[in-house]
Amino acid sequence: MTTLLRKAPAVLGGRGRAAGYLFMAPSLLILGVFVLFPIGRSLWYSLHNWTVGAAEQPWTGLDNYTKLFGDAQFRRALANTLIITVASTAVLVVIGLGLALALQSENVVSRVIRSAFFFPTVISLTTVGMVWRFLLDPDIGLVGGVTRALGLDPVNWLQSTALALPTVIFVNVWKNAGFVMIVLVAGLKAIPGEYYEAASLDGAGRLQTLRSITLPALRPTMLFVTFMVTVQSLQLFDLVYVMTGGGPLDHTETLVTKLYRDGFVNYETGYAAATSWVLFIVVVLVSALQLRIFRYNDAD
Amino acid sequence: MLTKSLKWIYVGIGLLLAIVPLIWMVAGSFRTEADLYGHTASLLPHEWTLHGYRGVWQQLPFLRLLFNSVLFAGVTTALTVLFDSMCAYALARLRFRGRTVAFWLVLVTLMVPFQVTLIPVFMELFHFDWLNTYQGLILPRATSAFGIFLFRQFFMSIPKELDEAARIDGAGHLRIYWRVILPLAKPAIATVALLNFTNLWNDLIWPLVVSTDNTMQTLPAGLALFAGQHVTDHAVLFAGAIISLLPIAVVFFLAQRYFVAGISTSGLK
Repeated sequence: MTTLLRKAPAVLGGRGRAAGYLFMAPSLLILGVFVLFPIGRSLWYSLHNWTVGAAEQPWTGLDNYTKLFGDAQFRRALANTLIITVASTAVLVVIGLGLALALQSENVVSRVIRSAFFFPTVISLTTVGMVWRFLLDPDIGLVGGVTRALGLDPVNWLQSTALALPTVIFVNVWKNAGFVMIVLVAGLKAIPGEYYEAASLDGAGRLQTLRSITLPALRPTMLFVTFMVTVQSLQLFDLVYVMTGGGPLDHTETLVTKLYRDGFVNYETGYAAATSWVLFIVVVLVSALQLRIFRYNDAD
Repeated sequence: MLTKSLKWIYVGIGLLLAIVPLIWMVAGSFRTEADLYGHTASLLPHEWTLHGYRGVWQQLPFLRLLFNSVLFAGVTTALTVLFDSMCAYALARLRFRGRTVAFWLVLVTLMVPFQVTLIPVFMELFHFDWLNTYQGLILPRATSAFGIFLFRQFFMSIPKELDEAARIDGAGHLRIYWRVILPLAKPAIATVALLNFTNLWNDLIWPLVVSTDNTMQTLPAGLALFAGQHVTDHAVLFAGAIISLLPIAVVFFLAQRYFVAGISTSGLK
């Protein structure tokens, strides 16, 4: 970038500045009005008892935030969001790595199977949620039908307080496994072949090669893929909205369904804004933690 | 030998889990309610019916939802590609005071979760009287920090001699951007367009929030709202879901390479 700056011809001068501002104007105007200003505005709302349609919007300092932590629904939403994120990420990395290792070769069979796994990545979470909601419905679903055919009682997966959250996590994994696989396949291909040749010359076994060559070389890709999956899971909304609506009894409520409920169903703007800032802080903390985990490993 | 068979057992189970739900959904769109309730253990229809594909146009404002989705995802993507590439041209090719600040502002918007701005943007649209309008649906989404970033990286890899030569020939910035840079940036355009279109087409929370009127919803929001409330016929809902994923599926099979390239650098919602 600095070389670009230095080499730019002097002729540009004033004309370059005007052109620069004009070229940036549409994007910066949109980002300013619909992202940057709202960021500040959201913080402002969160410090008020702001309710749509109320005559007064009194300043309440950090009251919304302290109120949140006394709100059982919020505490559950926060816990659920963290459980969904940790469980989805852990399972996805293991399953995705298994698929990537099994399907990394560039032949027709591997490529076709990879496409099949990758396809759910491009479908909307709304459709995925709807399919699984009906698939798991004890009255019409295939899962219930097969359970009955095996002589067992069908399970009401999404109505059970114990099973609803694990089921949401399962569907989240179903949707994202192909994404993790595709990214890891790209990462595997980037590992130089000489590494493996050297390892086999040294007589390293399959597991040993995986542990001392493949996994260390895959670390940047792993960081990227876990980052993408955690951020997506922390913001999970569509699946829950379609499959359970946050129920039964808030057992699948997430931070974003909570925010949606408070902000757009109950119109408690300030309170919902406070939730969105908790979400922001959680995203920052989890990302920092990941960076730490992956950098920490660099030491050995 | 053993590891090889274990590998194919693993892949096989995974493949079944990945494909069976989709087959069941497609088959379900051709089944009657009686068939669905009566033969739950069956993957395929016992008798085929098209009533799902007929009912979807009658029981939902489906044509309107489809039109809204095409307009929302199409126009927003076109504007995003135009605005993002213009902004990136300035950031990558022009030198002027404030350029670094502008780039940092773009990066900041990339870091804050979308949900933080959702509430204030809703209030803004409310004050502009833009809720339930196409401009309200489209304009706030008509640029993406990620797109600007990706275009900027791509433009910086294009040799500068090209625009210098054009400049000596007397071309202005608009001409260089449009005639020299953009034609060379087709892969970046394809990636940004494809990712944006898919994300917008699939988006649920945004249309749900800024359109409260059923006739202003897009397909995912419309289907989610109608599912189980106004429409209880499963074949109709399946048919709606399948029609709504068809455009993405077609593009997926035609341009999977771009999907893979784009998604493995940026992810998808």
